Amino acid sequence: MEQANIEESHGHLHPMDPEVEYSSSKLGMWLFLGTEIMLFGGLFAAYAIFRAKYPEMFLEQHQELNREMGAVNTCILIFSSLTMATAVTAVQKGRKMMAGIFILITIICGLGFGVVKYFEYGAKFSHHIYPDTSIFFSLYFMMTGLHMLHVFIGLVVLGVIMVLTFKGKFNEKYSTPVELGGLYWHLVDLIWIYLFPLLYLVG
Amino acid sequence: MSEHSHSEGRHITSYTTYFIVWVVLMILTAVTVYVSYLDFGTFNIVIAMVVASIKATAVALFFMHLKFEDSITWLFALFPLGLLFLLIGMTIVDTFTRILL
Repeated sequence: MEQANIEESHGHLHPMDPEVEYSSSKLGMWLFLGTEIMLFGGLFAAYAIFRAKYPEMFLEQHQELNREMGAVNTCILIFSSLTMATAVTAVQKGRKMMAGIFILITIICGLGFGVVKYFEYGAKFSHHIYPDTSIFFSLYFMMTGLHMLHVFIGLVVLGVIMVLTFKGKFNEKYSTPVELGGLYWHLVDLIWIYLFPLLYLVG
Repeated sequence: MSEHSHSEGRHITSYTTYFIVWVVLMILTAVTVYVSYLDFGTFNIVIAMVVASIKATAVALFFMHLKFEDSITWLFALFPLGLLFLLIGMTIVDTFTRILL
């Protein structure tokens, strides 16, 4: 029933109170982020079990990973989260151009993250390390791969939002898509905050 | 530090606040990397996870604006964490209490 009402409101039959639409959009996004956490949760559970079972393997094999590259990517992603957060503030203050530029910087950082990851994966493959090499590398490729997929999706979403921001679609009265895109991007950052120490900094 | 404006009373976080949060996140990242070179035995993973959780909390509270959201949003944000602990905790309990034949 509620679904039908929402559909109708988008058809401008019964315009929804903008405040209600704003808060329910955000709530829906948080619900979605919850499912994302559970999606990664299965992998974190697998990680916990296998690390407890084979601590030596994790300790030994994680040394194949490049800590510096992992640390650089952590900094890139945290910085991109900062620029995304400031983009939201800019658009809420009606500074459309500034908001667009902040989102652009966020996207560039996201692409930079992808480039570093590309070189990392390349180095692994050239050392004949593949997802089927060991349980540790299965987890490494699966967790970082799923995370990378989220980065790509985030980049597409932010790309669209950036274009719309530059077109002036968002302002101090209506900034919901920018905020939701931001929430998604921060979640991607949040997951990496755990992946980095778990995979690159074992013991 | 953060200013209240808008006719609707919506909270806008200031650039300064975000910048401070970012500096804190960078310091904590440096701590994580530094600690990983020291040997605390099993406490290494504990420290790493505690620091990561502080960082995650800072991201959620400020970047994701959770600090200024209503209680239903908090419920939506925290409920999955409960499920996550259940998922990981129960899997661990199950795996390590099995009697292998």
